[in-house]
Amino acid sequence: MNLLETAQQLGLNPEEYQKIKEFLGREPNFTELSAYSVMWSEHCSYKNSIFWLKTLPKDSERMLAKAGEENAGVVDIGNGWGCAFKIESHNHPSALEPYQGAATGVGGINRDIFTMGARPIAQMNTLRFGDIKHPRTQYLMRGVVKGIGDYGNAFGVPTVGGEVFFDSCYQTNPLVNAFSAGIVEKHKIARAIAIGKDNPVFIVGSSTGKDGIHGAAFASKDLTEDSIKDLPAVQVGDPFQEKLLLEATLEIIAQDLIIGIQDMGAAGIICSTSEMSAKGKAGMDIDLDLVPLRQPNMLAWEILLSESQERMLVVGKKGLEKEITEIFKKWDLNCVQIGKVTDSTQLRFYQHGELVAELPADSLVLGGGAPIYEREYREPAYFKTLQKFDIQQISEPQEDAYSTIAQFLLTHENICSKKWVYEQYDSMVGTANLSTNKPADAAVVLVKPLDKALVMSVDCNGRYVYANPEIGAMIAVCEAARNVVCAGGEPVAITNNLNFGNPYNPEVYWQFVGSIKGIKQACEKLKTPVTGGNVSFYNQSSSVNKAGGDVSNAVFPTPTIGMLGIMDNLAWQTTLNFQKTGDKIYLLGKTHNDIASSEYLYSYCQVKESPAPYFDIEEELLLQNTLKKAIQGGKILSAHDVSEGGLFIALAESAMAGRVGFKINTSKQIRKDAYLFGESQSRAIVSIKAEQTAEWELFLQQEGCTYEYLGEVIENNFIVDEQWLMTVQEAQHLYQNALEKHLTQ
Amino acid sequence: MKFGVIVFPGSNCDDDMVYVLNTLMGYQVRKLWHKETDLQGCDFLILPGGFSYGDYLRSGAIARFSPIMQSVVRHAEQGGKVLGICNGFQILTEAGLLEGALLKNNNQKYICKNVFLAATQADRLKPYAIPIAHGDGRYYADNDTLKQLQDNEQILFQYCDAEGNINVDANPNGSLLNIAGICSKNKNVIGMMPHPERASDPYTGNTDGKTLLQKLIEI
Repeated sequence: MNLLETAQQLGLNPEEYQKIKEFLGREPNFTELSAYSVMWSEHCSYKNSIFWLKTLPKDSERMLAKAGEENAGVVDIGNGWGCAFKIESHNHPSALEPYQGAATGVGGINRDIFTMGARPIAQMNTLRFGDIKHPRTQYLMRGVVKGIGDYGNAFGVPTVGGEVFFDSCYQTNPLVNAFSAGIVEKHKIARAIAIGKDNPVFIVGSSTGKDGIHGAAFASKDLTEDSIKDLPAVQVGDPFQEKLLLEATLEIIAQDLIIGIQDMGAAGIICSTSEMSAKGKAGMDIDLDLVPLRQPNMLAWEILLSESQERMLVVGKKGLEKEITEIFKKWDLNCVQIGKVTDSTQLRFYQHGELVAELPADSLVLGGGAPIYEREYREPAYFKTLQKFDIQQISEPQEDAYSTIAQFLLTHENICSKKWVYEQYDSMVGTANLSTNKPADAAVVLVKPLDKALVMSVDCNGRYVYANPEIGAMIAVCEAARNVVCAGGEPVAITNNLNFGNPYNPEVYWQFVGSIKGIKQACEKLKTPVTGGNVSFYNQSSSVNKAGGDVSNAVFPTPTIGMLGIMDNLAWQTTLNFQKTGDKIYLLGKTHNDIASSEYLYSYCQVKESPAPYFDIEEELLLQNTLKKAIQGGKILSAHDVSEGGLFIALAESAMAGRVGFKINTSKQIRKDAYLFGESQSRAIVSIKAEQTAEWELFLQQEGCTYEYLGEVIENNFIVDEQWLMTVQEAQHLYQNALEKHLTQ
Repeated sequence: MKFGVIVFPGSNCDDDMVYVLNTLMGYQVRKLWHKETDLQGCDFLILPGGFSYGDYLRSGAIARFSPIMQSVVRHAEQGGKVLGICNGFQILTEAGLLEGALLKNNNQKYICKNVFLAATQADRLKPYAIPIAHGDGRYYADNDTLKQLQDNEQILFQYCDAEGNINVDANPNGSLLNIAGICSKNKNVIGMMPHPERASDPYTGNTDGKTLLQKLIEI
């Protein structure tokens, strides 16, 4: 086989191979070729997405580390502190080996946070699976949840929120996105940089083995029947090592012993050495014989590409080698100097005394030599078909059907309680989770040194994004922000995890471009810049024999949004539960005669083709501003956003959390099914004290916020238009136990 | 009274314990590293929750061999106070300071949620709402040991419902007799699976754990 064929087998195309030759001024050897193949994979280089990612807003007064600058973005949360947060996918590994795939996803995202010098204080995750009745879905789900739990629980950072969504489009390709947030004093923020000739380069943490080799390249192609042969590309996690690594890392950073540090995730040593060197416009000489190995006789390219977990590359300050080594010794971790920084801009790797690879650091990395592609995109035919939907095609349910629909939605896997999942996660370690006993739309986590809280939510309804990428992505951003606002927070920035199919398919790429445009608009409007995140393409099964496959083989475009908010005054914390009988219930925002893309239409009526639900960004902004003023002015008792399942589900959730009932009337202007189950956006339900009604309505009128008086909190029963639907106990029973029932049937 | 919180490499509730005892309750607290043997004059030792040495073998099985544990055992044998919470309870049973064992939960899953505890000895008026978070929390002992625990009033806490009824439905993990916490014959060594430190900060909306800790300190 000639080298070009080898290059193609490694996933590089002929033009890329040519480019490598130009950078080196010669033919690459196999080790060098392997290095380029992983560094120029989508996973590391963002070559098919960076052109569009650069259009996203990334500036605000609060930014301490912006998107793309470091391992994670850092936001100023005041009083000399910052919050580092990020979301990352582990979709492909989880599809093959759900337990380790998900576990190492959790490990990886946390390393991105503590490599910044920040101590992680909260984790979340968003999961997508196929048909819940399918045995493989249940196998994947049990494995993924146990993997996240076992890793996160032992690591000792609480999992405080998340979402789980089922649809057959995720049958072959489940999505596993893990989020972590940590806090750091501003002057202790670490950087992923190598500078200063002769500064020592250490590898610390676990030994290097053959696991996860070519993991980044594996994650950059479609899943096929042959993917199982890629099993060695899945890494294995050890949360105990990660916990030790966390403590040791924070110690060396706090004691100011180092120049830079980077986590070894995708593409292992080659990625961390090249990215750190390129950033510092420096080079490194590395002796691979010094790397602690798990097995003998590893080849140079295997050592360079290994994705063994729980490792870091550290550039220390010359003269402080002993101090650094002592700290790792205290935590019983490897800490071995494997080389030094040079002033050459070249990476030189030696093995058995010979130079085995020499590469210009900058040529390997994003922003340097890595290719950038502007891919072609085209509106898919399905888009026009979806727009043809008319609510008139659905006949209105009989009056006596409402109780059945209510039960159907309360027990639907996309709406019911996810208790079966989240009770397997330690949600309280750190004693900072303020949502345990005060349920809210977003997770509220105390920042102990400041008497403030972080307020966080992860959201994305892929069905909306499929129906209209631009609108759907705007909704994802806005819903995440609305959740933060309802809980009493001020949204400040997002991280995103862009999960799509094969970017070489122009119709898939159209979904991607539309989503980016939507995120851009929403983030600019809400003034919440994008601090970074992750792109995961190739979430697609490629049974179709054409380049890039077919858009129908891809998952719903799922740009998951992780929204970070700040609660400067803990008195603003607002829960979603109704509090006592007699309190008045209001709907803020305008309800439309709209059932498009609702769970009711999709699952109960079994109509799969409809556009995205009604959405207007100006109405959204007004709603959020009104809610913020109301909460900070102490005007409301509870707030809950109207989302999947519509108004009825929102009311039921507020009632169940408060162990009370409600009595409301629907509007005569809007179909009752649309009023109760429609998912038109930018709405929230709030409850207030009965005696404050007049003052409250005056406030809403002054704000110009559309509102409706719905009814009041009563004991036990759910009553709509004088019709009794169920008791709160019945609703609880259905809602709480549904997921476990789905899994055991 | 001076408290010592033992820190194993995989402890993850050590800082929470220090926060509650020191910041919230105002006690003097020292962290004691597992590689040391000096108890630094601490009167009341706490083995916090976590995964001491990763717990891949059996929860707490390796921790008991650590240098600090030799001092903990001596402290307990001399009548000194020791409290093990969650992983700490598991370590105390492995070290033979408390009877019985903690087995895998009967649903085979890790469980984290609020539960209710009936304090068998102290006040039975109102159950405490305290969180659990464990995969291996099913208390087991042979019949003779159970009888002895009952006869000597060594069972300190039992899982119960919101009204204080001790029944099967209120048992989260399959523990025999719904046992959530016990003490040694001399009452100086206490082990419990639930985490009182997680229900202590007023900001969390539940301070039952602080009340309970105060009672344990005063025993």
